[in-house]
Amino acid sequence: MKIAVCVKQVPDSWAEKKMVNGTLDRENVDAVLNDLDEYAVEEALRIAEEHGGNDEGGPNTVTVISMGPERATEAVRKALSMGANDAILVTDSKLAGADALTTSAVLAGVISKENFDLVLCGTESTDARMSVVPAMLAERLSSAQLTFASSVTVDPASGKVTISRVTEAGVDEMYANFPCVISVVEKINEPRYPSFKGIMAAKKKSIDVRDLAAVGVSVTSAWSLVADSAPRPPRAAGIKVTDDGSGGEKLASYLAEKKLI
Amino acid sequence: MSNVFILADFLDGKPTKTNAELATAGARIGSVTAVVLAPVGKGEAQASSLATGPISQILIVESDYFSQNGVAAVADALAQLVTTKSPAALLVASHAFGKEVAARVAVRTDSGIITDAVDVSSDLTATQLVFGGSTTVHSKVSHGTPIITVRPNSINAELTPATPVVEKIELALDENSKKATITSSKPPVQGDRPQLTEANIVVSGGRGTNGDFSPVEAFADSMGAAVGASRAATDAGWYPHTHQVGQTGKSVSPQLYVACGISGAIQHRAGMQTSKTIVVINKDPEAPLFEIADFGVIGDLFAVLPKATEGVKAHKS
Repeated sequence: MKIAVCVKQVPDSWAEKKMVNGTLDRENVDAVLNDLDEYAVEEALRIAEEHGGNDEGGPNTVTVISMGPERATEAVRKALSMGANDAILVTDSKLAGADALTTSAVLAGVISKENFDLVLCGTESTDARMSVVPAMLAERLSSAQLTFASSVTVDPASGKVTISRVTEAGVDEMYANFPCVISVVEKINEPRYPSFKGIMAAKKKSIDVRDLAAVGVSVTSAWSLVADSAPRPPRAAGIKVTDDGSGGEKLASYLAEKKLI
Repeated sequence: MSNVFILADFLDGKPTKTNAELATAGARIGSVTAVVLAPVGKGEAQASSLATGPISQILIVESDYFSQNGVAAVADALAQLVTTKSPAALLVASHAFGKEVAARVAVRTDSGIITDAVDVSSDLTATQLVFGGSTTVHSKVSHGTPIITVRPNSINAELTPATPVVEKIELALDENSKKATITSSKPPVQGDRPQLTEANIVVSGGRGTNGDFSPVEAFADSMGAAVGASRAATDAGWYPHTHQVGQTGKSVSPQLYVACGISGAIQHRAGMQTSKTIVVINKDPEAPLFEIADFGVIGDLFAVLPKATEGVKAHKS
């Protein structure tokens, strides 16, 4: 199987984020591999390992695909150190501030040239939190969409993939044939920590850095424009009581007073 | 007068209250057409169940592919309607399904998309709260048909009775939208409690419950609230993952959020700090969540919640 995993470098979710000129200021914060993409990398590796592994010359390869500034190679390198085989990074100054429609077009441009059987993604990035790129990818690639998966079972011989889709609307059992775009929820697995051996090996793995021209996708003007953005005033702390046995009653009275009961 | 589409929102066959919220936002821009994508034979019944909100027209498309093929089939039908009817905007409920449908329609119709809006004005400016609610952003779609997903519970719905003109439309779905097949669907297990993302009140438990959610649930039930959980609690297997509130779980902004035994890591705050009123119960007086609490009780949730439950019941009777 040829498996792709789409990953994004994001500001550390502990970092304070600010808007500059209508987009997220990415320059002045620590950047890490999106937490939720680690589950996708792990799941891709597990699928490969269940069906003969992804060692050189083996039946499967796991390719990391990313779009971002040059320093996104750090996030890509982390996915490689977990055990992915190789990587493609699309980096181009024209992509600064790119939205989900552009991101999905660029990723689809890369993926469509490579005949992947499976494309794995996290459910969302912890910075933009839109949760739309996997669905956009499926639409652009005319691939089956198997998203919000809490379990994935692959039969490489028949090319059939079965998942449980878990959302607020409940649980759907679904299946489709290759090629599929799969997004995985964080409950699906426990991502491995890169081993020392993995980190050393990742240094030798190739990252194919391409610009937009090489991908063959042109960036049109923005799909949406930010008019303004402003930090919200911080919430002030209110009343605080120490429970001396009457804390519960005081809480009930507060709720009644606020007409919340 | 311009016409705005809303995708009628159903959960387990029943209309959600988000429909009236979407219609209220849509009516600021133009007349509202609700699109009902229903199983064969169910369209009229589903249309007539949309009884509330300023809805002036309903378009029904019936197909069993909607339930068999999910997001892709629904997006296909909606994209075809957007292309042929050219509405001024499309508003969709901002949950996993709604956002994925909106995403595919945006690609198909070459249109810009804004997700998780908490408000939409008459000139189609969308308001979003980003970075865990710390920043307000106003933006507008600048290409194609504006597609905006609107967070449930954000817009005060006009609860006028709907008196729509109903029209049924036949469409053929594309083969590309039938590539994934749903073999079974189970609605969320939540008993009689409201849906987490659209509840007016959410009561959440965290590490401090030590795995016993019964006082949290009892208090939630006395308030008619949904139950949420912190990541620590769902990771420990104490409560289902689908109830997780926070950066990697659900974002909620209810009228009242009650956090019980949750210290308040930045990731949890990201999912709840836009709540109108925040109540925090925690043994640890240094718990960071107290910083944003409108009302805080320093105490053991196992002592405080049962008394609060009694107090609420006494007030209601």
